[in-house]
Amino acid sequence: MSTLAGIDQVFSALADATRRDIVRRAIDGTEGVAELAEHYPMSFAAVQKHVAVLERAGVITKERTGRRKVVRTNLDGLLIARRLLDTYEDLWRGRYGRMTDLITDRKETHA
Amino acid sequence: MTLTAVRKDPATQTMTTTAEFDATPDRVWQLWADPRQLERWWGPPTYPATVTSHDLRPGGRVDYYMTGPTGDQPKGYWDVVEAEPPRSIVFRDGFANDDGTPNTDLPGTESRIRIEEIGDGRTRMSIESRFPSVEAMEQLLAMGMEDGLSQAVSQIDAILAEDGDPTR
Repeated sequence: MSTLAGIDQVFSALADATRRDIVRRAIDGTEGVAELAEHYPMSFAAVQKHVAVLERAGVITKERTGRRKVVRTNLDGLLIARRLLDTYEDLWRGRYGRMTDLITDRKETHA
Repeated sequence: MTLTAVRKDPATQTMTTTAEFDATPDRVWQLWADPRQLERWWGPPTYPATVTSHDLRPGGRVDYYMTGPTGDQPKGYWDVVEAEPPRSIVFRDGFANDDGTPNTDLPGTESRIRIEEIGDGRTRMSIESRFPSVEAMEQLLAMGMEDGLSQAVSQIDAILAEDGDPTR
């Protein structure tokens, strides 16, 4: 559905197998970035980058529990909020478009 | 019209849009102050709005209904908090019951409109809309979007399931 524009970002975030694995592991929200990085044959920095992509898409969040920061999958919270705001944006884009038509209309009628 | 900025903050459930119009502030104000003009842009083409009462003053109220493709007519209202022609409006909008009283089962949103002249006969309008919570936003927006949302969620589920469980 075209009204869910932000969904593209979510799907491109999930287009990578490592990132999908991170999303699955983070459902429990028990591991930090360093612990997640141990599961993969790649550098800490590379895993950190994947986490950043997921975070930007709203798929995961970092949460503080005690002195640690854990990564948690967030399909219900921010992701939904983000998609809904995209829907809301489309609603207002439509309204702005109609406002402009109205202003242009009247101008032409009066000209 | 140029939509110059859209800022969305999921954490506070707020969206701010800014647009510029090739018109004076008074002209832009009329989009809100004239109920016949308001009903030409408030509802989408599939749900045109009809404004039944319109008092755009602090403490005033605007009542309207929309007419859907199947003849359904959801009612809505604004409680006007601030209105300073042609510069600003603050209102809370919500859904109404059939008798016009506020439907307290559904959450409302608060919108702040700012209209300012930017020279050359142009006007900038910004609109900040705030939802009380993510749940409220979900409840409000998902009503017309249920199919799209559940479709998107099931697509995500399908993508996550694709790799399968390696132990199986």
